[in-house]
Amino acid sequence: MIEIDNISKSYGSFQVLKNCSASIARGEVVVICGPSGSGKSTLIKTVNGLEGIDAGEISVGGFRLAPGVSNVAALRRSVGMVFQSFELFPHLTVLSNVTIAQTKVLKRSKAAAEEKARSLLARVGLSAHIAKHPAQLSGGQQQRVAIARALALDPEVMLFDEPTSALDPEMVNEVLDVMTGLARQGMTMVCVTHEMGFARSVANRVLFMDGGEIVETAEATKFFDDPRTDRAKAFLAKILKH
Amino acid sequence: MMVDLSAIVSAGPYLMQGLWFTLQITLVGVAGGIVFGSLLAVARLSHNRLVAMLATAYVNLMRSIPLILVIFWVFFLVPWAIGWLTRSGRPVAVGASLTIFVTFVLFEAAYYAEIVRAGFRSISPGQYSACDALGLSKFHAYIYILFPQAIRAVLPILLTQTIVLFQDTSLVYVISATDLLGAATKIAQRDGRLVEMYLTVGVIYFLICYAASQLVKQLQRRLAFGVR
Amino acid sequence: MSLLFEPTPDGAGRYLDWIVSGLGWTLSLALGAWTIALVVGTLIGVARTLPKGILPRLGRVYVETFRNIPLLVQMFFWYFVLPELLPVRIGMAIKQMDPPWGSFVPALICLGLFTAARIAEQVRAGLQALPRGQTDAAFALGFARAGMYRLILLPQAFRIILPTLTNEFMTIFKNTSVALTIGLVELTATAREINENTFRTFEAFGVVTIVYLVIALLAWQIMHRIEQAAQLPSLASGKSRP
Repeated sequence: MIEIDNISKSYGSFQVLKNCSASIARGEVVVICGPSGSGKSTLIKTVNGLEGIDAGEISVGGFRLAPGVSNVAALRRSVGMVFQSFELFPHLTVLSNVTIAQTKVLKRSKAAAEEKARSLLARVGLSAHIAKHPAQLSGGQQQRVAIARALALDPEVMLFDEPTSALDPEMVNEVLDVMTGLARQGMTMVCVTHEMGFARSVANRVLFMDGGEIVETAEATKFFDDPRTDRAKAFLAKILKH
Repeated sequence: MMVDLSAIVSAGPYLMQGLWFTLQITLVGVAGGIVFGSLLAVARLSHNRLVAMLATAYVNLMRSIPLILVIFWVFFLVPWAIGWLTRSGRPVAVGASLTIFVTFVLFEAAYYAEIVRAGFRSISPGQYSACDALGLSKFHAYIYILFPQAIRAVLPILLTQTIVLFQDTSLVYVISATDLLGAATKIAQRDGRLVEMYLTVGVIYFLICYAASQLVKQLQRRLAFGVR
Repeated sequence: MSLLFEPTPDGAGRYLDWIVSGLGWTLSLALGAWTIALVVGTLIGVARTLPKGILPRLGRVYVETFRNIPLLVQMFFWYFVLPELLPVRIGMAIKQMDPPWGSFVPALICLGLFTAARIAEQVRAGLQALPRGQTDAAFALGFARAGMYRLILLPQAFRIILPTLTNEFMTIFKNTSVALTIGLVELTATAREINENTFRTFEAFGVVTIVYLVIALLAWQIMHRIEQAAQLPSLASGKSRP
C-alpha cells in the first residue's frame, strides 16, 4: 500500500530524515515512536506531501511522490490526516467542518455530504454537537470531529500525527477508542504516538525512529517485550518508567 | 511625452527650500505633538473626571475630522482669536508658518496621545504600585519611571506616526504654503512643468519615507531581541 | 446655525443644499473608494503571503509605492500627470471629462488604490497570524490554494483584523477631503465656499465639522455591528448559531 524507499530530507544543513525505508501493507496499523526530534512528524508528513523530500521515493497506492513532484491533490483525497492540534476550522460549525471538503474538493452534493457527515459524527459519538462551533467543544471532542472530517473523504490510508499529545489525560481514551474502532474495521493506519498501550494492543508493527533514521522495525508485541537495538531499549526504559 | 530633466535640476534649490520648511513643520509637529499628546494621555488617566472627559473629547474630536478642515479652522480663526485675546477687536495678521506649526501640534497630538496611551496600558500595573510604595511623587513617577517605559514599548509606532506626519505636511498646499509640494507647484505653474515637478516630488517623498520606514523596521527587530 | 436656511447668492436654493451636495460627494467618494480598496487590498494581501513566484514581490512593490508617497501627491499624479503620460488621444479624452466627473474619477481611483495598500498590509498581518496548522489541515483535505484562502483562511483573517479595518474605514472618510485640491466640491470644499460667500466662518466650518463627527460616529457604529455579528460562539457564551 505504502512504499517508502530510501527517503532523505534536510532543513538547510540539518538532515532530518536519513535514508528511511518502510513498507506498509493494506489494512496494517503501524505505530512510529521515538524520542522528540527524531523526525517522526516529518516522516509522516512526507507521506501525504505536506513535506517534500530531497531524495528517494514514496509510493502510496499507485501514486508516486519524488523530489520535485508538486501536484499532489489527487493523493490528498486518498490519504487522511489528523493533527496534534486538531486544526478544526474555527469559523465553521462542526457539521460544516466535516462537509466542506466533501462539497468543495470532492464536489459531492450538499445532501450527500451532510448525510455522510451525520453518520460519521454519530460513529464518533458527537451527534449532539453538530450545530456547535469548535470553540464550544472540549479537546477530545474536537479531535474526534477532526477524525470524522478526515474520514469523510473516504481515504484509503489514515495518518495520525500525535493525535492525543495535546489532550488532557481524561480525554485521551475517547480518541483512542475511535482509533481502535477504525483499526478493527481494517483501515490502513500510520500513527505517530507516545501511547504505548494503544501501540501494544492495536498496532501490527512498530517503527522506532531516532536521529532521523528508522532504527528498528518489529511486530508490536515483540518490540515492547524484546527490543533488539540499544537505542530502542534506552527509549523504552525511559518511557515505561511511568 | 518627454520629461525635461534640466527643468528639474534648475528647480533644485527652490525645492530644497520647500523641503526645509517641510522638515521644520515635521520637527515642530513631532516635538510639540509628543509633549502635548503625552499630557493628553496622562490627563485621560486622571482621577479628575472633568479633566479626563475633556482630554478624551479633544482626542476623539481631532481624530474624527480631516486635517485639511483643521488647517482651515486654524488659518481662519487664529487671527480672530488673537484679536479677541488682545482685546483689539479686529483680526490680527499672523504669519503663515506660526499658524501651520500650531495646527500640526494640535492635530498630531491627538494621534500621539492614543499611541502613548497604548504605551501606558502595556506597563504592568505593579509599576504604579511600586512607585507609590517608594513614595515617589506623581510627577517624578511619570517622568522617570512610567513615561520612559511607555515610550519604549511603542517607539516603532511613534516613529511610524512621524513618517505619517511628514507626509501630512503636504496638505499645507491648501493655504498656498511653500513646503516641498508647494514649492514644486509654484514652479510647475510658473514654468508649465507639471509632470516633471510632481514626479520629482513624488520620488523625493518616496525615497525619504521608504528609507525612514526601513530604519524603523530595523529598530523594531532590535527591540524585539531585547525583550525578555 | 440659521445660516443653513438662508438663500444662496445664485438664488438656486439654500446653503443647506450646498452642504447636502458636498456630503453626497464625500459619501460617494468614500464608499466607492472603500469598495475598490477592499477588493484590491485583499488580492494584494493574499499575494504577499504566497510562498513563491513573482506575485509576492509585486505585492511588496505596490504596497511600498503607495504607502511612501503622500496622498495629496498621488492625487496630483492621477489628475495632472497621468493624462500627460498616456498616449495623446486618451490623455485628451480624460482632460475633456465634464467637471464633477473629471475630478471625481481620478479621486476615486487614487483614494481606492491608496487605501488598498493599507488594507493589503492588514490582510497580510491577519493571514500571518493564523496558525500554520490551518493551512496544513486545508491542504491535507485536498483544498487547492484558491479554495483554501477563500473558504478557510480569509474568513478567519478578516475577523482578526476587524478593529484595524474599522480604523481604516473611518480614515477613508477623512481622506476624501484631499480631493478638494483637484476640484471636487466635497464637504470641506463646501465649507470653504460658504465661508467665501458669507464670511460667517464659525458657522460654515462649524456645521461641516459636526457633519464629519456624525459620519465618524455612524461609521464606527456600522463596523461595531459587523464585529458583533461576526463573533464566533465560544465555550463561555455557550450558544450556537443557526
